[in-house]
Amino acid sequence: MRDIAWITSLIGMAAVLALFLRVAWHASDAAEGSEAATAVTRVRAPLFWVLALAIVVVMAVTLGGLPYAAPREQTAEPLTVTATGQQWSWTLSHEGAAVGQPVVFAVSSSDVNHGLGIYDESLGLVAQTQAMPGYVNYLHHTFTEPGTYRLLCLEYCGFGHHDMPAEFVVTAP
Amino acid sequence: MANTGDSDFVAPPSRIGRQTVLAYLGVSGAVLLLLMLFGFLMRLSQGELLPLPPERFYQVMTAHGIGMVGVAGFSGAAVMWWFLSRAVKLSTAVLIANLALFLVGVVLILGAVFLGGFAGAWTFLYPLPALSGGQWGESAAATYLLGLLLVGVGFLLLYLDVARAVIVRYGGLARALGWPSLFGDETAEAPPPVVVISSVVAIINIAGIAVGAAIIAMSLVNIYLPAFAIDALLAKNLIFFFGHVFINATIYMAVIAVYEILPRYTGRPWPSGRIFLAAWNATLLMVLIVYPHHLLMDFAMPVWMLVMGQVISYASGLPVLVVTTVATLANVHRSGIKWDLASGLLVLSVFGWAAGIVPAIVDGTIVVNSVMHNTVWVPGHFHFYLLLGMVAMVFAFMYWLGKGAGATEGATDRAALLVFACAGVGFVGMFLYAGKESVPRRWAVHLPEWIAYDRIASVFALLVVLAAAVFVLRFLLSVGRIASAR
Repeated sequence: MRDIAWITSLIGMAAVLALFLRVAWHASDAAEGSEAATAVTRVRAPLFWVLALAIVVVMAVTLGGLPYAAPREQTAEPLTVTATGQQWSWTLSHEGAAVGQPVVFAVSSSDVNHGLGIYDESLGLVAQTQAMPGYVNYLHHTFTEPGTYRLLCLEYCGFGHHDMPAEFVVTAP
Repeated sequence: MANTGDSDFVAPPSRIGRQTVLAYLGVSGAVLLLLMLFGFLMRLSQGELLPLPPERFYQVMTAHGIGMVGVAGFSGAAVMWWFLSRAVKLSTAVLIANLALFLVGVVLILGAVFLGGFAGAWTFLYPLPALSGGQWGESAAATYLLGLLLVGVGFLLLYLDVARAVIVRYGGLARALGWPSLFGDETAEAPPPVVVISSVVAIINIAGIAVGAAIIAMSLVNIYLPAFAIDALLAKNLIFFFGHVFINATIYMAVIAVYEILPRYTGRPWPSGRIFLAAWNATLLMVLIVYPHHLLMDFAMPVWMLVMGQVISYASGLPVLVVTTVATLANVHRSGIKWDLASGLLVLSVFGWAAGIVPAIVDGTIVVNSVMHNTVWVPGHFHFYLLLGMVAMVFAFMYWLGKGAGATEGATDRAALLVFACAGVGFVGMFLYAGKESVPRRWAVHLPEWIAYDRIASVFALLVVLAAAVFVLRFLLSVGRIASAR
């Protein structure tokens, strides 16, 4: 997903850059009056419809599987792991799970806002949710790779924000 | 025949008004440079090239964040006031009052941060101001919030005055927003872009600042009366509504410079057509309801609000990309424009705004946000449209004023523009790439795997600061000439 986001953004930004460079390159040519402006304005309607269609497609593709509930295909009973943030450490009810075992992290905070970020061994962020005082956020995740995952704080919580790591060990089934 | 821009016939009618706007810009330039330097120091520190203790890092981060939000609003207001004062009768006293309140607020905030040790980030998320983990005291947190409140009161007065003046001149906000032309009589003459945009800004910022003031006041009470508890999720909603509206309004105010100045270079008028009116009225609505996209990882939020956050994030890109960007390109294309610092920065700024919203919209996708939220992807996209967009618009305005007063530009200025554009893209690009690699934001100390990104970004940051220093110094050197120009 991170690669898709990166490549999509690169393509979008490059397209904008190409448009600007093309127009800027000819901008100081001898003035042609309003005809030249009209030529550019003509792209507005097709651009609107192309982007509007793209938005509809993206919504259809991305709004189907939101992280706010357990995946529909999940049938096994999940392992509930309570994760409570405090300045500046995490308290976990379980130290790990098995690959393929659905896990639901019940995330909260006993003081200020924190953010529970689950990082794999190559330091890639695989899932996250906020940890708020007075609320429990339920993060559903099924690990597909064994390893020692790092739990890092993803909401600024004071001077120890960068220094409250915890580990979650995922074993082969 | 295109010309090169001519400022004097659009200067504010009153001399004191003109001088006060120049004071705004002078203060903005100096504060902007200082805060950019803070940003550079943070990147150096993360790259282990500067031994900044974590507590100092977070203080600098807090000052950088809140200071940039404030100075963006302040400099944007200068652009808006300069042009709007030609269309409606604004109060110079209110403009000066906002300047005074801003300066007092800034002093309080800087004191709270660097003397009191407050480091609750610009977001001051409840209950962090009151629960610092023993790192700062009640008085520091209260001073910070009080400073913020004073700045907010100043801006609120300014936007109330804008709304008053527009209503007096046009007979209502609906007319100032061009509703008769948009919804009724096609032949009705719509107000000029500066009036339409200023009306949008006044409406959203009056609402935004009122909400911001409410949560600031609640947080202040909580500091001294902990039993006065606030719902943490409600507090987040209030803070991000206020923050989202306010920072977007800074771009809207600054883009007035594009609408007002670029046509003077191209010789092509830029009237308020129906598509322009539709775009800005849609923006007015969308900017008020899109803020839940900041809360996509707050799973306790109502899901419909989060889905709305994603949908409106995408929709809100349309007015920028389809209307402002296309109109800018149409205005410039084969126009015979003469490139100089002002025209170059203006076109760069619209590019920065348009390109920067691409990664922002991508991050507004819930499934992407799950692996991007609160990584440095976020400062990557907002630095793109603020540094290369909003700030570039303000620099363009400064150069245009200087040129109108007869100031000259040289090779140093042109080199600075090139450096600003290229190093700026490199700087935000490093944030975006590191965000893709999951580097978290707001971390004083980075893991060894991330330090290379910080070091490369530090080089770009230094170049950006140097280029900005050229822009600001050039303006400060010509400000006397602008003040006395006829």
